[in-house]
Amino acid sequence: MADTRVIADPLPLAVARRSATTRTRFRKRTLFLVAYLVFAILPVYWMVNMSFKTNEEILGVFSLWPREFTFANYLTIFGDASWYSGYINSLIYVIMNMAMSLLVALPAAYAFSRYSFIGDKHVFFWLLTNRMTPPAIFLLPFFQLYTTLGLMDTHIAVALAHLVFNVPLAVWILEGFMSGVPREIDETAYIDGYSFPRFFLTIFVPLIKAGIGVAAFFCFMFSWVELLMARTLTSVNAKPIVAVMTRTVSAAGMDWGVLAAAGVLTIVPGAIVIWFVRHYIAKGFAMGRV
Amino acid sequence: MKTVDQKAWLLVLPVVVCVAFSAVLPLMTVMNYSVQDIISPQRRVFVGTEWFVAVMRDSELHDALVRQILFSLAVLAIQVPLGIALALSMPASGWRASAVLVLVAISLLIPWNVVGTIWQIFGRTDIGLLGASLAALGFDYNYTGDPLDAWLTVLVMDVWHWTPLVALLCYAGLRAIPDAYYQAARIDGASPFAVFRYIQLPKLRGVLMIAVLLRFMDSFMIYTEPFVLTGGGPGNATTFLSQYLTQKAVGQFDLGPAAAFSLIYFLIILLLCFVLYNWMLRVGQGDAAAQQAGHG
Repeated sequence: MADTRVIADPLPLAVARRSATTRTRFRKRTLFLVAYLVFAILPVYWMVNMSFKTNEEILGVFSLWPREFTFANYLTIFGDASWYSGYINSLIYVIMNMAMSLLVALPAAYAFSRYSFIGDKHVFFWLLTNRMTPPAIFLLPFFQLYTTLGLMDTHIAVALAHLVFNVPLAVWILEGFMSGVPREIDETAYIDGYSFPRFFLTIFVPLIKAGIGVAAFFCFMFSWVELLMARTLTSVNAKPIVAVMTRTVSAAGMDWGVLAAAGVLTIVPGAIVIWFVRHYIAKGFAMGRV
Repeated sequence: MKTVDQKAWLLVLPVVVCVAFSAVLPLMTVMNYSVQDIISPQRRVFVGTEWFVAVMRDSELHDALVRQILFSLAVLAIQVPLGIALALSMPASGWRASAVLVLVAISLLIPWNVVGTIWQIFGRTDIGLLGASLAALGFDYNYTGDPLDAWLTVLVMDVWHWTPLVALLCYAGLRAIPDAYYQAARIDGASPFAVFRYIQLPKLRGVLMIAVLLRFMDSFMIYTEPFVLTGGGPGNATTFLSQYLTQKAVGQFDLGPAAAFSLIYFLIILLLCFVLYNWMLRVGQGDAAAQQAGHG
């Protein structure tokens, strides 16, 4: 690293010679990016487009934008408690799951990044194996377990079930970030007389803020999008929006407009979450000291 | 070196308890089922390894497994290079970077059944943009009737859905590379490919490992999206392992065979991930060693 300062001086000639080729490369990249973005946006645009149409227009005319612009589909959702409570239920268990995952993953990730202890590597891989268990396997046992405990149809049941895949991921991500923090910081703090909890909360946690943000993002994401377990463990009181969508719509025949509107609304919380974590992603992380 | 301290176990304990409750307990129930014939909740007969033998001989399962492996390989082969390319072409800073990040990431935060619904609509020849455009161009496209079309649609949907995960992780990895590396490369007159191969790729090792393993695991467990899009059809063309399992466990309520199947399924993923995990660790270390040697 030390010698980079010496050679860091820009070489105007070389740079000028290169700028032409750099520019065409740059243009190619932009073209590729734009092409991908179109591919990424079109399906979503199509759903948004449908959500502002009446069912007659959806099935009758093929149009790239709504001819008879209507909010009726959204009003149906906001006017019906069985619809909008689905969003609230989903948000409740997702946030519970996020909090629980981070709470247990933080100390564990610290232990994995700082200490070696009997079975550490095995426990780490064992944790990962839980991320590999297909949710389909767990459906029946979960149903029995939570029925026995009287937790069926509660938010906490879904939040607990989603720990299976979120805790291992949170530990994995946080461990990567923590390994990037020099160990000297811990040692200095202990010499200065900090207790572990005080050091951890006041010094260490602020240092890995970005890691916590990224881990929270992934926990939110995987819990928000999951359908199979959430649907199995709930019936009325904690029924998530993803389950409301599958049932209401098929029972009432295909109401394409409302289905599209409900789909659009499921994207909104996610978009807000990305907006908050975009800085952490843009600032970059390498996961550990590679 | 890490300090040896057995008290660190206390910090790991909450995680172990949590995961034991929500994973080990259910897994034990599954094991219990897998060796019994459950005629009714009161009447159970111990049958030993009978279900395992039956599952291993199930030709539909073999087909689903082959489809699954092909699908996961296709997913990795497309999404990893595409994700890296996408990460390389995303702007590094400014409002453009923010906007592109949000646009790219959005498909990740759409619930999986909504993803299925979006593509179900998008691909329909009567009301969907993709289906209608393909039909207008003269293609005989029909994802509910033609196995190849169904396969391609599921694959394109998955590429659309998950490439951003690889891209986001790689993007974050790229941003963490100090500028000094690029300046040094410029002085040396390194070609863009050399910069990629010897600076960017090695630095992406950590994030790529997460991306590849996550993509492999999740594609191997895919259920909701194809279930909504094609329902596993036409015929069994897009029935992957999870869907076959759910059919057996919930649809036919064959608890014993379904449990035996679950365990075999789990062991397959475990084995493949173990191989992949260790291989990637090895490759990474090889690269790191080469770099060390280069510096020395």
